[in-house]
Amino acid sequence: MNRLPVWLSQHLAALRVVLVLTLTTGLLYPLGMTALAHVPGLAAPAQGSGLKGPDGSMVGSSLIGQAFTDGKGNALPQYFQSRPSAAGSGDGYDPTASGASNLGAQSVVDTLETNNDPKTFKPSLLTQVCARSAAVGALEHVDGSRPYCTADGVGAVLGVYYDGGTGGTATKVVSLDQACPAKPFLTEYQGLPVSCATPGEGYSGAVTVPIRGDAPAHPVVPPDAVTASGSGLDPQISPAYAALQVPRIAGRRHTSEQNVRALVAEYTTGRALGILGDPGVNVLELNLALDRSYPNQGA
Amino acid sequence: MIALMQAFLVIAVVVGLHVPLGDHLARQLDGGRHLKIERTLYRVCGIDPDREQDWRHYLLALLAFTVMSIAVLFALLVGQGHLPWSRGIGGMPWRTALHTAVSFTTNTSWQNYVPETGTGHFAVMAGLGVQAFASAAVGICAALALIRGLVRHGTDELGNFWVDLIRTIGRVLVPLAVVAGLLLIALGVEQNLGGSHTVTTLTGGQQTLIGGPVGSWESVKLFSGDGGGFFNASSAHPFENPNAASNLIEIVLMLLIPTAFIRTFGRMVGSLKQSWTLLAVVGILFGLLLAAASLAQHSTHSPVAAAVGGQYEGTETRFGIPGTTLFGISATGSADGAGGGSYDSFSSLGGGVLLAAMMLGEIAPGGTGSGLYGLLIAVLIAVFIGGLMVGRTPEYLRKRIGLGEMRYVVMYALVAPTVILVCSAVSVGLGQDGAADMGNPGPHGLTELIYAYTSNTQSNGSAMSGFNGATDFHNGLMVVAMLLGRYVPIAFVLALAGKLARQRPGVVTAGTLRASGVNFVTLATGAALILALLNFLPALALGPLAEGLR
Repeated sequence: MNRLPVWLSQHLAALRVVLVLTLTTGLLYPLGMTALAHVPGLAAPAQGSGLKGPDGSMVGSSLIGQAFTDGKGNALPQYFQSRPSAAGSGDGYDPTASGASNLGAQSVVDTLETNNDPKTFKPSLLTQVCARSAAVGALEHVDGSRPYCTADGVGAVLGVYYDGGTGGTATKVVSLDQACPAKPFLTEYQGLPVSCATPGEGYSGAVTVPIRGDAPAHPVVPPDAVTASGSGLDPQISPAYAALQVPRIAGRRHTSEQNVRALVAEYTTGRALGILGDPGVNVLELNLALDRSYPNQGA
Repeated sequence: MIALMQAFLVIAVVVGLHVPLGDHLARQLDGGRHLKIERTLYRVCGIDPDREQDWRHYLLALLAFTVMSIAVLFALLVGQGHLPWSRGIGGMPWRTALHTAVSFTTNTSWQNYVPETGTGHFAVMAGLGVQAFASAAVGICAALALIRGLVRHGTDELGNFWVDLIRTIGRVLVPLAVVAGLLLIALGVEQNLGGSHTVTTLTGGQQTLIGGPVGSWESVKLFSGDGGGFFNASSAHPFENPNAASNLIEIVLMLLIPTAFIRTFGRMVGSLKQSWTLLAVVGILFGLLLAAASLAQHSTHSPVAAAVGGQYEGTETRFGIPGTTLFGISATGSADGAGGGSYDSFSSLGGGVLLAAMMLGEIAPGGTGSGLYGLLIAVLIAVFIGGLMVGRTPEYLRKRIGLGEMRYVVMYALVAPTVILVCSAVSVGLGQDGAADMGNPGPHGLTELIYAYTSNTQSNGSAMSGFNGATDFHNGLMVVAMLLGRYVPIAFVLALAGKLARQRPGVVTAGTLRASGVNFVTLATGAALILALLNFLPALALGPLAEGLR
């Protein structure tokens, strides 16, 4: 063995170690674990926690959320609605494209639609939150207003031009997220008239000034109803969002709110050990139970 | 209140488990007989397990193993279309495959591809999975060599890399992976070899669910410091992290080995007082980071957070904001880098704390092995500065910390800031797509970019995922950052170990600075904070501080 130079012998040893590790930790270990996962108690979770529908066919997984929409983004009113999702295009909840919006606190100015092409519209996180809140408010017949949101459901953000760049006297004010011909949420700011935003025009020279407005600090529509989750596949909503939806479901399903509330409670998970995580309601399981207990008799 | 109780529970479990695990590590890795199966393995691989190596040969073996690891993983990724259980996914383009091979071999696991459509089960199990074990063990090997350098006197020998590697994987990592994996599967993590199957949903739509060996991957990826996602959403994905209980276990797993290894250090140098001292430094740093991040995540200072009513964007209901914050700090304070939510959507200052945790050098508690040697570097600097301040001989564990030793220590400390700042600057200046790679406007876009290069250099792998690193430019520059950020420090650590081992034992005199007690803990904590964060203050001011303090 000592005939080879040491650097070469070490590389040959390295290659053999990598191959041995590939066989043991790379194949034996995961395949052994897969075999072990067939024992009772592990089998159901190991196979993906599948859920069966009324006809016995698989309808999904209790761990993976679904969109309860008509496929065009409109909520189906007979079902509890999931959170917004950034996984995949359209209504989200695409397990082949898990992920978050990844938009941060700076995301308050929209890229407005140009050339009548909806794909050019890139709403800021703020506008997404405002739009969702307005939509949920309309669906549940409650107040959908939020701080920093306009009444028409976009971000209340002004672009202010100053004669000294970022300071001095204001010369022009634009409501950045309200595309013309929308009526600006403020008629005037610092004595200047506020104009709507012209799509395609760059307003990068303006100082962005978000306007708080007079919406309540604790809006009626709960936070999870207006935000996308980290995976885009969150199977749960908060008990507050479920409670908000109860009257609509009860009306649609011709039963009492009390009955629906009892069902919601059944599918609510509290904090583990009393301190871990947040309480949540599993939406797919709840909707399956709804279909069993209080079938939707059509609109 | 809930946040505080969650943090105490995690810390209590980690500190409780670190004692038996740390002792176990010391027993298994420090000398003792070879097992029969290990002897067979050494024979098959052409290794003489009883011949110890000096620091140059130890480094050579480590680098040879690295080269072969990258080569084999690269081949597996490029050729995965011809391998079984690949779900019909074809070979990875070579630039992405090179980045991925380097990424997983260096224990970084930054992913410039979408796992759902980019990797088949075979490549995950036999490629990425192997490197999760191996890269963790490589970090532990380098740390073991440094400890031996501190313990031994008048010798060149620092141990045998191959023995350290095989023992770490076989005696510690694999058993832990099995136990933790089964626990996670019982809690809901899937473990099968199924491909994707499409179901008709309740509303008549279609949903494609992806099966896979997630449980066996999840346990390793967390305790090894690997952190790469089986799915794009990583540990925010319900199949990877199904509930609050699994979230607790995953956080504990990330912190466990690096913390236990501090105990192993104490056992090997024969002074548990030393390990408690280091643990105190780590505990203070972790506590500071967690407190800062929790406060930032609790605030609704920004218009978006005020409109929502909290930092809910990118957060899973089942973890809540405190659980997500705790996960984030554990992923960046260790070198794991798993995602428990969208770090891009953290509050400006909260995301800044994650970034600062990585810039700190990942010593709270850091990566497997790398956490300990990073910590020892900070301690040696504290010893040196402390010694100079009080006019005493800089000594640590009866080893003189002279000019020669300090040269390696300082060079180690300069690597990360240099690589991070130069790569970030090059990326800002020369990146062809400029701001197009940033997912957010304003200073937050710059934060994403600095975060990306910090994560790659520090072998972390967590991401502000709005940043698009999947370009030829970033693939190439990140490979450079990962290789420099991982192996140059390791080379300095081994060189330092060699220098220390050659020393004759010193005598503890009244003139020696005592490396324990409140004073020393304060000094070491301060040295770690100042050393790391001063380098990065200008970068932090342009990124997270600029966005958060407006």
